[in-house]
Amino acid sequence: MSKETELDPVEAKMWISVTINGAKNAYLVEHRMTLADFLRKVVGLSGTHLGCEHGSCGACTVIMNGKAVRSCLLLGVQADGASIETVEGLAQDGALTSLQEAFHVNHALQCGYCTSGFLMSLVAQLRDGPIETEAEAREALSGNICRCTGYTGMVKALLNLPASNGQIGEGL
Amino acid sequence: MKPSQFAYHAPTELEEVLDLLAQYGDDAKVLAGGQSLMPMMNFRLLSPAHIVDINRVSSLAGFSLSDAGLFIGALARHREVEVSPEVELAFPILHEGLTNVAHVQIRNRGTICGSLAHADSAAELPSIMMALDARLNIRSKGSERVALAEDFFRFHLTSDLGPGELLVSVDIPAMSKNAFGVFEEITRRKGDFALVGVAVVGSWDENGKFQECRIVCSGVAPTPLRLREAENFVTGTDLSEAVLVAVQQLVMESLVPTEDIHSSAEYRKKVTGVIVRRGLARLTGQRRVQNV
Ligand SMILES: Cc1cc2nc3c(=O)[nH]c(=O)nc-3n(C[C@H](O)[C@H](O)[C@H](O)COP(=O)(O)OP(=O)(O)OC[C@H]3O[C@@H](n4cnc5c(N)ncnc54)[C@H](O)[C@@H]3O)c2cc1C
Ligand code: FES
Ligand code: FES
Repeated sequence: MSKETELDPVEAKMWISVTINGAKNAYLVEHRMTLADFLRKVVGLSGTHLGCEHGSCGACTVIMNGKAVRSCLLLGVQADGASIETVEGLAQDGALTSLQEAFHVNHALQCGYCTSGFLMSLVAQLRDGPIETEAEAREALSGNICRCTGYTGMVKALLNLPASNGQIGEGL
Repeated sequence: MKPSQFAYHAPTELEEVLDLLAQYGDDAKVLAGGQSLMPMMNFRLLSPAHIVDINRVSSLAGFSLSDAGLFIGALARHREVEVSPEVELAFPILHEGLTNVAHVQIRNRGTICGSLAHADSAAELPSIMMALDARLNIRSKGSERVALAEDFFRFHLTSDLGPGELLVSVDIPAMSKNAFGVFEEITRRKGDFALVGVAVVGSWDENGKFQECRIVCSGVAPTPLRLREAENFVTGTDLSEAVLVAVQQLVMESLVPTEDIHSSAEYRKKVTGVIVRRGLARLTGQRRVQNV
């Protein structure tokens, strides 16, 4: 590294303003911190999990400006001005959403490590339209990996959502 | 903290991007969708000193369709182009190829130009761009040039882009009314990189003969590979069953594919023959549909 490009660790930070689960705040973030680590370590929202940290497993999926994304493949500083939704934003005052409830009832989770990533992927996809067939359910699940359940519980959960399943965020 | 330390730049104007790339040269990396760059940085396979994030340069966003063809800006995401009904109608092969790139969550961020700049030999888009004879518009501080897709890919993960250069957009020329294109691939699991893929494009002349054929494979060589012998073999024919059987045989006998942990050369050879035939067979179907 040339002298010019040597970095002062204190300098390699910036202030960002970001809306997380509806609350807007300013944070000081290191340039090189991923969005996942930012959410977990700076904001303290550890519901977003890290499995592979290279985009393959989907455990870190969050919703950024309405789109499901891998938070391990974004930098925290890239969230400046953005709106982020994490799994902590789903249940209100302990009341599960219909999707979470369907996961619970249909045994769609065992260890739960992958669950927050699945939920956020599915919330984004359900907002785009209902998931009605097994093929659609499997396609919707295909971007995330679960090592425990074999996916059958999740397929069942999706196919047993209340009909108005676009209304994710509401209780059952 | 996964990536090693770097200085983050988030310019909002194209000229600023080109200035930064000129200033830092080899020490800088462009950050587009980050879906290939970030994994490499998280693993520290790459430790660039400067990251030039182009995501805030609004002039690089979006795509547009006209009589001349499809213009794709550097920030057009896989997903936004994939879900455009107009693109699906004008370039079904591109739509089909895009649905095969990774998963929705990755396509929401990944860019088409990023895929081309990244030049993965197993990626779908480089071979599709070659089959569609796309032109890549490249800028650097004080200069600009156009590269044919055919000349752009140099090796696995190596494109024709030099330090300081930015791929600003891609132009795909419009396809004629009688031209069709399809994409076929073999993967172990949907969303994975393909073991082999093939983009097949061609048109039907007034005598019902197949013309202007391009067959471009991914995953068999360090760059997308045009199967010229096979192209010549099918050109001027009616793609009858006999022709399809013979071209499958020709591909299986002539191809010398790369070998890696994902599959043997022998396997790649066989399935490439199969998907070339499948692709061409679908084009005969499209002609019949059109004639009805
Ligand atoms: C789990 C997973 C599965 C995947 N599966 C597939 C698959 O099946 N098929 C496939 O094709 N891809 C796949 N990818 C890769 C994905 O398509 C990437 O989005 C793409 O390869 C790179 O695009 P990007 O915009 O994310 O580029 P980035 O990651 O931002 O950049 C990639 C490289 O290109 C350079 N670059 C980017 N844009 C430009 C530009 N405009 N000008 C100059 N240089 C530039 C960067 O500096 C970097 O070196 C997968 C990725 C993941 C994480
Ligand atoms: S931790 Fe991000 S995809 Fe696995
Ligand atoms: S429930 Fe354990 S990984 Fe999915």
